[in-house]
Amino acid sequence: MSPRPETLSAILAAHAARDPQRCLVRFVEEDGTRRDITLGELHDQALGYAAALRALGVAPGDVVILVLRHAPAVLDAFFGAMYLGAVPAIFSYLTEKLDPAVYAEQVRALVAQSAARAVITFPEFTTTLVRLLAAVDCRVVSTADVRPHPHATDGVDIAAQVPDRLALVQYTSGTTGLHKGVAHSHRAILQFVDAYFAAFPMTREDVVVSWLPLYHDMGLLAGLLMPLVAGATTVLMSPFYWVREPVTLLRAIHELQGTLCWMPNFAFNHCVRSIRERDLAGIDLRHWRAVFCGGEPVRWDALERFAARFAPYGFRRRALLAGYGMAESVMAATLVRAPGPPRVDWIDAHALEVDRRAVPMAPNAPGATSVVSNGPPLPGTTVAIIDAEGTPLAQRQVGEITLSSPCLLPAYYRRPDLPARHDGVLRTGDIGYLADGELYVCGRQKDLIIVGGRNLHPEDLEAIAEGVPGIRPGRAVAFGIVDERLGTERVVMVCELRDPPSAAPVRQIDRALRRAVLQRVDVALGDLRLVDRGWVLKTSNGKMARAANRQKYLATFARTAAAATAPGTASGHDAHTQPR
Amino acid sequence: MTRTPSRDDVRDQLKAFICQELIAGPVGDLADDEPLITGGFIDSFCLAQIGVFIETRFGVYIPDPDLTVEQMDTLAQMVSRVMRDLKG
Repeated sequence: MSPRPETLSAILAAHAARDPQRCLVRFVEEDGTRRDITLGELHDQALGYAAALRALGVAPGDVVILVLRHAPAVLDAFFGAMYLGAVPAIFSYLTEKLDPAVYAEQVRALVAQSAARAVITFPEFTTTLVRLLAAVDCRVVSTADVRPHPHATDGVDIAAQVPDRLALVQYTSGTTGLHKGVAHSHRAILQFVDAYFAAFPMTREDVVVSWLPLYHDMGLLAGLLMPLVAGATTVLMSPFYWVREPVTLLRAIHELQGTLCWMPNFAFNHCVRSIRERDLAGIDLRHWRAVFCGGEPVRWDALERFAARFAPYGFRRRALLAGYGMAESVMAATLVRAPGPPRVDWIDAHALEVDRRAVPMAPNAPGATSVVSNGPPLPGTTVAIIDAEGTPLAQRQVGEITLSSPCLLPAYYRRPDLPARHDGVLRTGDIGYLADGELYVCGRQKDLIIVGGRNLHPEDLEAIAEGVPGIRPGRAVAFGIVDERLGTERVVMVCELRDPPSAAPVRQIDRALRRAVLQRVDVALGDLRLVDRGWVLKTSNGKMARAANRQKYLATFARTAAAATAPGTASGHDAHTQPR
Repeated sequence: MTRTPSRDDVRDQLKAFICQELIAGPVGDLADDEPLITGGFIDSFCLAQIGVFIETRFGVYIPDPDLTVEQMDTLAQMVSRVMRDLKG
């Protein structure tokens, strides 16, 4: 066998030349309809996009933003840009809840920041984007205007591509201000995939089933690029379709002989709570050999309940696996080795909080808390725990998790002022400890909020509150609170009202902010408290003290939050919703 | 169930479930025609849970494909859907 090509583009082209009829992707669209895509079809479509981009003057190295829906065109355009040597970035999908005007503005801001030379979009959105991007040197391509090409056109030379050139760039979705792009070379991605497969081999016989969006690092890598490299098949379901009908994931695994799946912790809870027994009749999950929990903190009860619920249908506990990582490390940095389930460490909650040490205790002992292992590092990756001064800590001492690996991001895209690593080491902002060579994650020192595997920046939410009449500027704070039932975090906001109060009733301000947050970042606020002047805490130098506000919120509202939703009292009599 | 619940029963029980189980904090009085999902009170994945609740509490099975934002965004829409299939 010839050696594997050194770029993702050349790997697709080689697979397509050898095995054009083989199905790479079984695509399940937003309405549930399915389309099988062969390697040959994808190759021809990608050549069509490469030719169309080249005709518009897009050159190798240029960024191309894909503003598309969950449809096969995402794959065609993604590999088309890559075939040309350009750098594709998949933008988050427009949903029915987002405001299209705000969404278009987010695209414009990203085009400006990334200096993208082209945007590929669906026909209905083309006019809007052409108008919006008229002033900048960025062309708009409609998917309706691209035809598949059986041959590479002039200027499209897949074999000549260099593995050290950038393969793709990923942006955090829904943010307007920060735009930290994570761009990786072909070499970094393939090094990562090789390390992952050394820890967990994927074969040609595997069938991945994924509902994760392709603009998510885990969705793109595990759902598309890893199966491509392995020569496996991948079933790509629309995230919206899955959320509405969670049983479809299990049906796809049953009908299409799915073997592998990656998803964040909340998805395990959603399957357990929202799938009805009657919808499971006849489903057989025996060939499902691994489900990886990642993208947000892994909780033992979520995995345990999932295994118990689906055991009667052939699901095996040993299929439960977990990992830790982030887009900056391509996707994962650690991985529990098969067979699962991951180890569970029962430790003294008080010692964890006060002494920052993980002291083992008996399972379920009073005062004990459970932490799930995220496994040992991938081959080539080093994980270390450091204290606030940067000094390495011993086993079972709790501190900041740091990573180093050959495929770590050097700096954010077009942001040389924003290095991702220092002396080859990435400080993750996550808190954890090592025990017997495995990583346990137990908290976060950065302000990031993670909802269902999606990263939200509190700054973005606070900026939205600034624009809502009746809220006092600079006095809105956002943070996350873990909700065990959901298996993820809820977004909480506490905002001071203007003093003197604006004419708008408090109820109207509450509704306006909820709607604005939904339309801009597509998340429902888990709790919103409108408070009087002087509530929100800032540091002595005027910065938002999110951790302190979170503590104050828990002390002030944690009890009343439960009381306020008790029967008969959910009717607006809370003192904090009524300004004095 | 010995007695078929009235429209008001269905509304009150659904509202209590949504306010207690799905929305964490106080929201003031929720109007029947207030959009819950497009208004940013609950996430769309809550619809699947509402489907489970409706079947358990009222014995009305709403298939997943009908649990959409267009059809189930307000309390009034949900109540009408339950009443349609509730044996009277």
